Amino acid sequence: MSCVEVLATGPLATVQDLGRPGLAGIGVGRSGAADSGAFRLANRLVGNDEGAAAIEVTFGGLVVRATRDLTAALTGAPCPITVDGRGAAPNSVLRIPAGAVVELGVPDRGLRSYLAVRGGIAVEPVLGSRATDVLAGLGPEPLAPGMTLPVGPPPRRFPQVDVAPVPACPDGEITLRVVFGPRHDWFTEDALSTLVSSCYEVTADSNRVGMRLSGPLLERCRHDELPSEGMVAGALQVPPSARPTLFLADHPVTGGYPVIAVVVAADLDKAAQARPGQRIRFRS
Amino acid sequence: MRFLRCADSGLLVELDDLDAVQALHAALSDAPPEGVVDLVPAARTLLLQLDPRRADVAAIEAAVRAVEPRRSVGGDGALVEVPVVYDGADLAEVAALTGLTEREVVDRHTSAEWTVAFGGFAPGFGYLAGGPPELVVPRRSESRTKVPPGSVGLAGAFSGIYPRESPGGWQLIGRTDLEVWRVDRDPPALLRPGVRVRFQEVR
Repeated sequence: MSCVEVLATGPLATVQDLGRPGLAGIGVGRSGAADSGAFRLANRLVGNDEGAAAIEVTFGGLVVRATRDLTAALTGAPCPITVDGRGAAPNSVLRIPAGAVVELGVPDRGLRSYLAVRGGIAVEPVLGSRATDVLAGLGPEPLAPGMTLPVGPPPRRFPQVDVAPVPACPDGEITLRVVFGPRHDWFTEDALSTLVSSCYEVTADSNRVGMRLSGPLLERCRHDELPSEGMVAGALQVPPSARPTLFLADHPVTGGYPVIAVVVAADLDKAAQARPGQRIRFRS
Repeated sequence: MRFLRCADSGLLVELDDLDAVQALHAALSDAPPEGVVDLVPAARTLLLQLDPRRADVAAIEAAVRAVEPRRSVGGDGALVEVPVVYDGADLAEVAALTGLTEREVVDRHTSAEWTVAFGGFAPGFGYLAGGPPELVVPRRSESRTKVPPGSVGLAGAFSGIYPRESPGGWQLIGRTDLEVWRVDRDPPALLRPGVRVRFQEVR
């Protein structure tokens, strides 16, 4: 069987797919690729089904070796990539000869990259998905040097294009569209206008669960306790610190703090590429 | 019934009480409206998670209003018996808060038939409702950083069992060896919404 040997991982590399929807009733969230657009593209480039499992690399640094000839593609945050020391292009179909080492550098913009291999990463699924949910502790362990990942049988379809044109990840201030609610009525009028007129910065206290943001306080007008309620990805939850947390793929199924606004689904991939220190503006 | 939108990703339905949540959850589980990918029941709300490419929110709202709430909740009527050693670190505190003796706390906890109202917090954690009103206690003022797996606790009107070691603020009254969550078992969660639960004291 073809395999990918993990030699180095960078800060965090996990196996992801499109997650495990439908299990919230037993406390299991969806999880899956944080930037699902980039993830799907990586699979399409190598001719996989869009939901085949691939590697999500956080801030570059992944080094792997192919045990047999592989077809691969790198999307998302544009890491410099070399195959046996030779430069290769992101968003393109890469032919990796048996024994070759694929090395990702640190991306100069964006945060999460996807390395898909033709056939998909074939680790054992857990509850119907190969996604690693870092909050719930479900799915495969995060990658570690020395691990060997099996690759599935090649799909019938062949790669259709060699290179995909992709807009660059923004490296300055990013704008995310939000819709107020479901609990905007728990906040002062000032808080609502502050959210959409100020700049927030992504802090280092950010991961696949969510991004803690620094910036002006969002004051509440109601101070009673909110019974825990279901959460969606993109929710801007405001804990007692009065600074928002933007929930990403591994967000908790339920939460007990009010959500002032939610980022629209089409902008979630952009949010997942925001790196610590990057500034965000919210627009309603 | 009040509808609160979560941008294009969700529709939060606010209901009068837990019974109404369970009845709507049961009814919608049978035939979720087109575009609904998951249902998240909680104490007073049911969240419909949506696939924004397929969901027509106005049509979904209409479908939810039209649905006949179902009184018999899911969980195939299963009954789970949970053996508990009642030696929890907060048993004395719960007795003090409720004005009961520790023995009375245990008796009340074991004589009730609880029902899993909803999940959340962690995989396999079930919020158990239907307990006696005397056992309603606040959460601990300070959360523990580590609660051992199998801990049985109380918070608000709910009881619950920690599926794995995690932080937690519930009042701990006992522990069980029963594994309420195993991913290699089908179903992985013993405590699914609608399942009935009885606690049994073991020494």
